[in-house]
Amino acid sequence: MIDVKALLEQIKAAPYEEIVVEAPHTGVVRFAGIEPGTRVEATSGAYGEKPGTLLAKLTREHNDKPLFAGAKGVVGEVRRELEGTFVEAGTQLAVIRHYLSKDEVIAAILRQVLHLFRAPERAKYYFIPSVDKKVKASGPRSVTVKPGMELFIVSRMKREKPLIYEGPEGIIYAVYFQHDQNVDQGAPLVGVCPESQTSLIQDVVNRVRTDWEEGE
Amino acid sequence: MEIEKRVVELTDRLQYIQDVFGGRENANIALMRSRLGEFAARHDAPPGEKAQMLRQLEDLFGFLEKKLDEELTPMDRVRIVRHPARVSLKDILENVYDNYTEIGGQDEYSIDPSMLIARAYITRRKGDKVINQPVMVIGQEKGHGQEFRNGGSVKPWGNAKALQYMKVAETERIPIHTYVFTPGAYPVEDFPGAAQQIARNLYEMGGLRVPVVSVISEGGSGGAEAIGLSDVRLMLSHGYYSVISPEGAAAIEAGIRQGQRVAPELIAECARRLSITAADNLRMGYIDKVVAEPDLGARPHHYDFFKDLRQEVVRATDQVFLGVAGFKLFRALVASRRKDGDAESMFVRWTLDEAAADRLVWKRYCKYRRMAETAFRDSRPSGARIASRAQSLLWSGYSFLRYDFLGKYIKNLAKTVGDLEAEVRLVANRLAAPLRKSREKNGVVACDPEKSRMLVELSQPEQGACLEDFGWRYVSPKAAEDKAVTCPESKTYGCPDLWAPDLYGDFAGVCVNCGHHFPMEYQWVLGNVFDPGSVTEHDADLEAGNPLDYPGFDEKLAAAKEKTGRKSGCVSLDAKIDGIKITSAVLYSAFRGGSVGAAEGEKFIRALARARRRHFPFLAYVHGTAGIRIQESLNGLIQMPRVTLAVRRYIEAGGLYVVLYDTNSYAGPVASFLGCSPYQFSVRSANIGFAGPGVIKETTGIDIPPDYHRAHNALARGHIQGIWDRREIRKNLKQVLLTIGGRNLYYR
Repeated sequence: MIDVKALLEQIKAAPYEEIVVEAPHTGVVRFAGIEPGTRVEATSGAYGEKPGTLLAKLTREHNDKPLFAGAKGVVGEVRRELEGTFVEAGTQLAVIRHYLSKDEVIAAILRQVLHLFRAPERAKYYFIPSVDKKVKASGPRSVTVKPGMELFIVSRMKREKPLIYEGPEGIIYAVYFQHDQNVDQGAPLVGVCPESQTSLIQDVVNRVRTDWEEGE
Repeated sequence: MEIEKRVVELTDRLQYIQDVFGGRENANIALMRSRLGEFAARHDAPPGEKAQMLRQLEDLFGFLEKKLDEELTPMDRVRIVRHPARVSLKDILENVYDNYTEIGGQDEYSIDPSMLIARAYITRRKGDKVINQPVMVIGQEKGHGQEFRNGGSVKPWGNAKALQYMKVAETERIPIHTYVFTPGAYPVEDFPGAAQQIARNLYEMGGLRVPVVSVISEGGSGGAEAIGLSDVRLMLSHGYYSVISPEGAAAIEAGIRQGQRVAPELIAECARRLSITAADNLRMGYIDKVVAEPDLGARPHHYDFFKDLRQEVVRATDQVFLGVAGFKLFRALVASRRKDGDAESMFVRWTLDEAAADRLVWKRYCKYRRMAETAFRDSRPSGARIASRAQSLLWSGYSFLRYDFLGKYIKNLAKTVGDLEAEVRLVANRLAAPLRKSREKNGVVACDPEKSRMLVELSQPEQGACLEDFGWRYVSPKAAEDKAVTCPESKTYGCPDLWAPDLYGDFAGVCVNCGHHFPMEYQWVLGNVFDPGSVTEHDADLEAGNPLDYPGFDEKLAAAKEKTGRKSGCVSLDAKIDGIKITSAVLYSAFRGGSVGAAEGEKFIRALARARRRHFPFLAYVHGTAGIRIQESLNGLIQMPRVTLAVRRYIEAGGLYVVLYDTNSYAGPVASFLGCSPYQFSVRSANIGFAGPGVIKETTGIDIPPDYHRAHNALARGHIQGIWDRREIRKNLKQVLLTIGGRNLYYR
């Protein structure tokens, strides 16, 4: 059994994700006025048309190629000693501390505590009628799944076949697919957790929703 | 009760004045406010005294309004026309015409509620008889601030509807009255497209065979032109007619980016510089007459104003009819000298015969041709001018002789000879058939040994068979730089960096991986598309000027002239493409962004005239254009109808008009003389549209995708007819000249 509380404490101790900015190709580095503590923005705009904050320029064959921040956060470390030098592709240039948002924290916790049952192929998925009825009437958490149980109907090009659940016994905590929409191979269909942990997870999620303070 | 009502009216008048003066403090306004306050404080006064005070107060208001009217700045006038209390087209229909039926709309239930179309009539007397003279009324409706009217900003389909009913009026042979109440067109590209529809409207209006009278209250750029091309242009005295809103001009002037605010002083200053008032436009000759409004602008309760307006539109319509009528005697003379207020005392039948309609269309062309003739500089010595005039006369004479006089006989002769030859050939073929058959049966097929060796052997690299010669005569100076260039599409397609000499030299600025076209100079096309040594330039001495003495613009023009080594943003030339003679006008972006002013318009028109005289096909190569040159204001804006009329004249005379877009082409020119071509092509990766992303965001609030204006989307929307690779422009142009031109290449 996973200790959810410890997990939360662990995330609280380091409430950010450290994103290492590497040189995408060789070139001479020139940093663009970033210091540890500088706030940077990610790509934005309705169509992702506005680039993030400029971090550095890599000059290769007289061609200045800009390097933009890919995530919102605060610059943690800048390798100033590389300024004006030629670097190889993959050289670490800076670190951005991206503070986790509520949704990201919840997703991180769920990723660790839930068993994700994934789609074996790209197709449309439905619950079998008996499960579907239960889900519709009283929500997914009323369904207990056991390994070897027939749970889904896979529908592809008008041919349908049953899909058997494999994994630990538990209840369906979250449903990740929608009927009538194709699910890619490997995408999660449902997240399952032991019944005893349901209230605990819910409690943690609620606490994150109310208490989590989003960093810069 | 009566007194309270009058007090409310006075309060409204004061509020209106404060709105118009935009919060500017003024002693007269302060006086009005304090007097009204004093009156309100005396609520316990006896009724007789109150009535007396109120009369005095009303007189004072009337007197001060007159004084304030004299102090109006151009920006105040802009605020007047935008005020929800200003007269709207519905008020005019109610009060100027005797009866009307709205067509195709009822409030918000309309394809575009900002465009209002109505059939109306004006009742007139002819002796004892009463005659209803029908008109088609078309105009933007601002609806006193009704939200669904969109402030009179018409969507492309609204302009399409206007055009449809202009054609209906032409079929029914009734005159058209248009009322311009628009801050500008709604800049969306969805079919029929803001720019392309305005261009279509202008093109068709140029040839309408019924009189058009327009009345301008708020003439905002392209939106105004969409219905503003007319035989008589009236303007309301408190209106404005401009190439761009003062806010837009100020934003450009201050170099301000989206979302930031411009200082109100700069906006007011731009309104003044742009010469947008009725008096300015009358002085410059872009309107024919100013219709006087009451002090501080007409509002729906000014019934005398509607009476005056009715007289003016009736008089203007009479004048157009009499101006082209075959039989008029004294009426034309009287019509021009009639005093105000008696326009309806004389009867003029509002009908035209075919010959009069021809004269009408010709007069309209001449009217616009004469506009803005002093707004550019012609630095040629008088000798050169005379020589150029003589040359055009020679061309006219030659083409008359060759195509009209001798041409007819030659054509008939060629036809007869051709028919005869075909007959003879058929008979000869039939007679020789048995002989040929026997020869084919017995003969041995011989093959040239050299040819067969070439066909079967491998190529020989040592002889240079594998060395590719890209064959570009003009090589861009950008190819001289030793650097790598990143393709903007590399994120999507993973394009490797390209070395500048390869990219700009051999590959003609085209990414070899994804086909993205980097912008190149216009000289690239001049050097590589036209036959070597075939280019002759004309009118190079027509010079862009600063007709409004816009501050600081002379220096900017001088800098552009020095940078480009040319005197305007248009190059007019004659050239050959694989031996086919053409006339071409090039708008290039290096000169003030390729903006079009009076000089560029004039050069375009002269090039069209040259092509018409010489019976050459015409290519408009738009290397780039940012729109109309705002510093010239109306002198630039009027090029939209003016050049479109010249294009129409050229096409009607039998010419082939092809447009080719490259890099970025936006706004006025696309919405007029370029967009009206039935054959518009684009080089790949070009952007074509009405307004740029910033303006669209500001006016519509919509975030548009980055590829919104790309040529491929313009093609998908039906705005252009094809997209070409830059390396194949020459081949494709020849193909177009041969297929679309065909036997009509030099004359139809």
